[in-house]
Amino acid sequence: MTARIGVVTFPGTLDDQDALRAVRLAGAEPVSLWHRDKDLRQVDAVVLAGGFSYGDYLRAGAISRFSPVMETIIDQAKSGMPVLGICNGFQILTEAHLLPGAMLQNNHLHFICRDQKLRVENAETAWTADYEQGREISVPLKNMDGRYVADERVLDELEAEGRVAFRYLDLNPNGSLRDIAGITNAAGNVVGLMPHPEHAVEPLVGTGGTDGLGFFTSIVKRLVAA
Amino acid sequence: MARVVVDVMLKPEILDPQGQAVQRALPRLGFEGIADVRQGKRFELEVDGPVDEAALARIHEMAETFLANTVIEDFVVKVES
Repeated sequence: MTARIGVVTFPGTLDDQDALRAVRLAGAEPVSLWHRDKDLRQVDAVVLAGGFSYGDYLRAGAISRFSPVMETIIDQAKSGMPVLGICNGFQILTEAHLLPGAMLQNNHLHFICRDQKLRVENAETAWTADYEQGREISVPLKNMDGRYVADERVLDELEAEGRVAFRYLDLNPNGSLRDIAGITNAAGNVVGLMPHPEHAVEPLVGTGGTDGLGFFTSIVKRLVAA
Repeated sequence: MARVVVDVMLKPEILDPQGQAVQRALPRLGFEGIADVRQGKRFELEVDGPVDEAALARIHEMAETFLANTVIEDFVVKVES
């Protein structure tokens, strides 16, 4: 059976096509989901792709979080459906309180676009099992609101439970607390990160080449084994 | 129509680089003596009907779930006459 992985398009989403392509390259069936639809079309997992949904008005991800498709995704994620939020998708997941903390404007106030080195800190989530813990990968990063913040208690809890999934290496591009680039929920089915693995799935582009493909092969293996 | 104002501010412990940039620009422009600046958001809501307790409760809920992200922001609801 081929796994079906949905990618949501909100008005202002930019990276849905790359995410659909990454899903296909990993061997799953990509399914386009529309923000206004409550129905998830029997997908086994969902990717919230990057971009500027609803123009990032109010706060990044704040308006998208109340879309019909998110109402269903929030329910399903709570009962275990794997969800990956990349960049704007990560912002939506924090606004939806599926992940703790919040995303704020970069501490230097500039939009940033670079190849970013990351360390895989948790290789046991639904989306990271194909990496080895401690592996260093390089994937593109591009954002304006990428500063991850949470209060000390939440940060300590994330560290203690191994829920910091990715950390920035060499350079913290946005002032994220404790160099956090990505986190997971306690169950490991919901993962959010600011950099863009879906832009690094083919050898032709990016310094990391195919460093990002592991996210998508991880989930495909998980779903096929299930 | 009555007006209700919702003021949203980053919590004091959250770094506000926008406010800092404004503060750093002030002496350059000849405005001395400002020790700190923090930048927030103000929502002005024109409300249909009376602003009674029920309406205020609704607005409070709206501010808490949507206008402010209470993970990082505080808010105050005020009725303007």
